[in-house]
Amino acid sequence: MSQSIEERLFAIRYKADDKSHLIIRDQEVCLNCVTKECNFFCPADVYLWHDDENMTSVAFENCIECGTCRIGCPTQNIEWVYPKGGYGIAYKFG
Amino acid sequence: MAEEKFDAVVVGAGPAGSIAAYTMASKGMKVALIERGEFPGAKNLFGGALFRDPLDQIFPEFWKEAPLERAVIEQDFWLLGKDSVSKFGYRNEKYKQANTWTALRVNFDKWLAGKAEQAGAVPVYETVVTELLKEDGKVVGVRTDRDDGDLYADVVIIADGVNSLLAKSLLIHREWQPDEVSLAVKEIIALPRQTIEDRFNLDAGEGTSIEFIGETFGMVGVGFLYTNKESLSLGIGIMVNDLKKKRIKPYEVLDGLKEHPMIRRLIQGGEVKEYSGHLIPEGGFTSMPTLAGDGWMICGDAAQMVNAVTMEGTNLAMQSGQLAGETAVAAKERGDFTVHTLSQYPQAIRNSVIGKDLKKFKGLHGLMEDKAAEVLFGQVPESVNEALYNLFLSDGQPKKDKQKEIMRSLRQTVGGNLGAVRLAMKGWRAMNG
Repeated sequence: MSQSIEERLFAIRYKADDKSHLIIRDQEVCLNCVTKECNFFCPADVYLWHDDENMTSVAFENCIECGTCRIGCPTQNIEWVYPKGGYGIAYKFG
Repeated sequence: MAEEKFDAVVVGAGPAGSIAAYTMASKGMKVALIERGEFPGAKNLFGGALFRDPLDQIFPEFWKEAPLERAVIEQDFWLLGKDSVSKFGYRNEKYKQANTWTALRVNFDKWLAGKAEQAGAVPVYETVVTELLKEDGKVVGVRTDRDDGDLYADVVIIADGVNSLLAKSLLIHREWQPDEVSLAVKEIIALPRQTIEDRFNLDAGEGTSIEFIGETFGMVGVGFLYTNKESLSLGIGIMVNDLKKKRIKPYEVLDGLKEHPMIRRLIQGGEVKEYSGHLIPEGGFTSMPTLAGDGWMICGDAAQMVNAVTMEGTNLAMQSGQLAGETAVAAKERGDFTVHTLSQYPQAIRNSVIGKDLKKFKGLHGLMEDKAAEVLFGQVPESVNEALYNLFLSDGQPKKDKQKEIMRSLRQTVGGNLGAVRLAMKGWRAMNG
């Protein structure tokens, strides 16, 4: 009964802002990052490194606002604030 | 809401903030309760179990009206092996007089914030506090993301949760380190009421809580399974430091647990209703920041008030909210909101069960930071399961030889006699400050 992460995220209620609350400070830093850990530790697969474009993409509309990336990024390269008031996730059970 | 002046502004309508707001509003103070979510509870989750104390002292017999799930009559601890489990558990009919309940935070937090509103606190929801307003080094209010969104107050109670960007702006804590926080991911799995009661051997309204270690790829992690009325809460909390090292996706660890033969049967046929994730501050005593200053106090997760050993956080948050609220009431009476009066709050925390319990377990953090953790969370569960398998195996080997072999293999797991002593000493220090 395990679901894909897409199915899981689909079941969460979101009100997505059109502006990202997560910003990569410097893509150059990502390029030089050996581990690219954010591609693994994020529970909502927000971060993905693209070899062809030399950039980390940020699917901020999937963010569950836990803060792991803020603490986990080895170079503190993620600028992290809360989504605008009333936006972002709204759990049904919690 | 421009230039509006309150006695107190509370940032965050979780358990700490709502209790603080309730405590102050019910003594006639003019209070604003700010919450960034669409409603209180929207961003919140826990395992979760809720304890009788201290809420019972604030709202006597709260269980008669609060939205709770089941009264916990059995608490289990499991050591998972690959295809096996060693179980330790405790059940008592006395718990029919409930002491602990399972709950869902979206319902519970909404109810609790409602109590603060009924006492007169002004709800300011769907609003993010972006910074603290200061004059001459003293906190005098908050700036929000609303138009004309400055709110002034004699005291600001910071209860903005584990990420607490406001505490960071005050420079009272540096960024949490990856070994001071765990990431918990959880699923709500719906099952019929009767199925839950049959599977867990429960009467109507009764519940079970199970905590387990093992099968987390050697990472410091504790799994949990709680019975709700018509769902199960299944999840796993893993130290962020270990997640970084192992490069394993958190939900894949959860998937592994769901497929474990001892858990698979319990959740069989259930429908996943919600996936969620949250950080847990687990740094303990030594990670707690300065708790009060001129015009401010800090409570709950934002102040690292979680007991990772006993899995308590919500009740510590509520108690800290109460103590901060009472301090604010005293400050109002005295007409002094400087650190001189507000330092009553850290004093009260130190003398409360929060300060005492966190101090007692302050060695835990040290236990989690090196090889010891890998042994405790990785090899020990597997080794205990293996030992029990051999003990119960009928293979014609004399029991004396079996015992010897079991002791030898357990000793080897913890690194020989010296390793066992070292681990025991660390464990003792972790449990006894």
